[in-house]
Amino acid sequence: MNAARKLACIVVLAVCAVSLAANWLAPAGYAKQFREAPSAPPSHQHLLGTDEIGRDRFARVLYGTRISLLLAPAAALVSTLLAALVGGLAGYLGGIWLRLARGFTDLFLSLPWLFLLITVRALLPLNVSPLTSVLITFLILGLLGWAASARVLSTSADALRNSDFVLQARASGLHGPRLFFVHVLPNLKPVLYAQFWISIPVFILAEANLGILGLGVAEPLPSWGSLLRELEGLISFREEPWRLVPLLLLIIVMTSFQLLLSNEEVTA
Amino acid sequence: MLQKKLMRKTLLWKILRHLGAIAALVLLGGLLSATLVRLAPGFDADERELDPSLNAESVRALRQSRAGEHNILSFYASYLRGAIHGDLGTSHALGQPVQNLLRERWLVTVRVAGIGLLLAWLLASTLAFTACLWRRSAYEILGTTVSGAFLCIPAAVLALLSVILNAPGYLAIALIVFPRIYRYSRNLLAKAYALPHITAARARGLGEVRILAWHVLPVAGPQMIALAGITVSIALGANIPVEALCGLPGIGQLAWQAALSRDLPLLVNLTVLVTLVTLLANSGADVMIHMLRPREA
Repeated sequence: MNAARKLACIVVLAVCAVSLAANWLAPAGYAKQFREAPSAPPSHQHLLGTDEIGRDRFARVLYGTRISLLLAPAAALVSTLLAALVGGLAGYLGGIWLRLARGFTDLFLSLPWLFLLITVRALLPLNVSPLTSVLITFLILGLLGWAASARVLSTSADALRNSDFVLQARASGLHGPRLFFVHVLPNLKPVLYAQFWISIPVFILAEANLGILGLGVAEPLPSWGSLLRELEGLISFREEPWRLVPLLLLIIVMTSFQLLLSNEEVTA
Repeated sequence: MLQKKLMRKTLLWKILRHLGAIAALVLLGGLLSATLVRLAPGFDADERELDPSLNAESVRALRQSRAGEHNILSFYASYLRGAIHGDLGTSHALGQPVQNLLRERWLVTVRVAGIGLLLAWLLASTLAFTACLWRRSAYEILGTTVSGAFLCIPAAVLALLSVILNAPGYLAIALIVFPRIYRYSRNLLAKAYALPHITAARARGLGEVRILAWHVLPVAGPQMIALAGITVSIALGANIPVEALCGLPGIGQLAWQAALSRDLPLLVNLTVLVTLVTLLANSGADVMIHMLRPREA
């Protein structure tokens, strides 16, 4: 691991650790309103000031980071499992199944990701509890983000299907699920891990986009998307630079993810 | 002569196959979108029903107007019948024929996405080519850092920043698409420059411009054309937050409004349109690559 990767790893772990310690670092919580101090500038009491309705911005950044950083991997896990199921199985079965799966993934990939995401999210209830909105948002990301990974996995599984060791296993009498789970799936692990790690920053960005457009996590629960939405009211950067902290944090975390993933994985 | 004929036949067959696949995918895309809207919770809800000035009969008439959308297959069949005759239906939310809405807005989207794409390609290819020609590590680090920074910013944030800085919407599109083009084309060019025949050409004293035009572009060109097709889809997706947040009355803003108001006729038409444009761009790139290949040989 080179120095840049090590540094990126430390940054991601540090941000995760700090966000997990939000209960101790920001005991006031993300929803408590300090009515006497709305839109306050940074102070000892409020490190990043308060928002328009007097909520502590530092607490909201910590809790929002926790939500985005914990649920993006969960969504990535859902999408990777779906991709393994659709792409891996289709590649292993080959023939008509592979053609059908590729047609289906092509259909998903022919629609711009953000267009599909916004349409599906807008169709689901928006007036739900904050916790439900978090689950809906990240579940949608997981359920709609599988197509590109499935395409990659179907190609890898197709190559494995015709490999010597699979042919030998077939010749030895191994068939069906056993062959798939014992010999094919373990060999797809590196591709699955790569797809999982690639999906995390993609889903973090997608949630941020949805949040800014008002289709993400519902208030008062914060997420990077809802925190970045506050930029809408910003008139100039010089006026309240501390409002850019969530954006800076997002850029730092995303850059760290980029450094963690190798160049080939990012451009794949 | 025979080879030329065979090539033309292969190209024609490729175009026909692409057109068939496009037609099937577009039709399926429309059906998928219609099914999603139909299955959405609260599909039947209509804000107009809350208007206290409407009597029971008017509310019944409103519900009746949407009755045809309950069976999704019959809705889609009647939509396709209408589309063949040039009638794309009427938007529920905006109360206007869909073709009028598209006619009014397509130019804004084409202008914003077109200029944005052009700027993104100019910036990315200039940076990628100069990075490969100069081969200075500082310059490469600068290009990677700048593109990496823009890759880390959500499209909607770039749209918001363009509003705050009073920058045009197409600049936001350019900055959203640029890092993806730069990263990919930089890798392609680096791989092409690493080929042994380039080293041999350099050793023979060939100029950099000649090496680029004769030896690098023929290798990296097909994949860059394919990338051009993909960037159309990226730009179209980016158009939604940019038009919605910058207040640009284009197709992206229309898609945004249609999604929020669950406007089935509008959403189906937009899905069909977006799928069609994306597939045409990708297929156009494919056909172009196919046309260029024989010359390489």
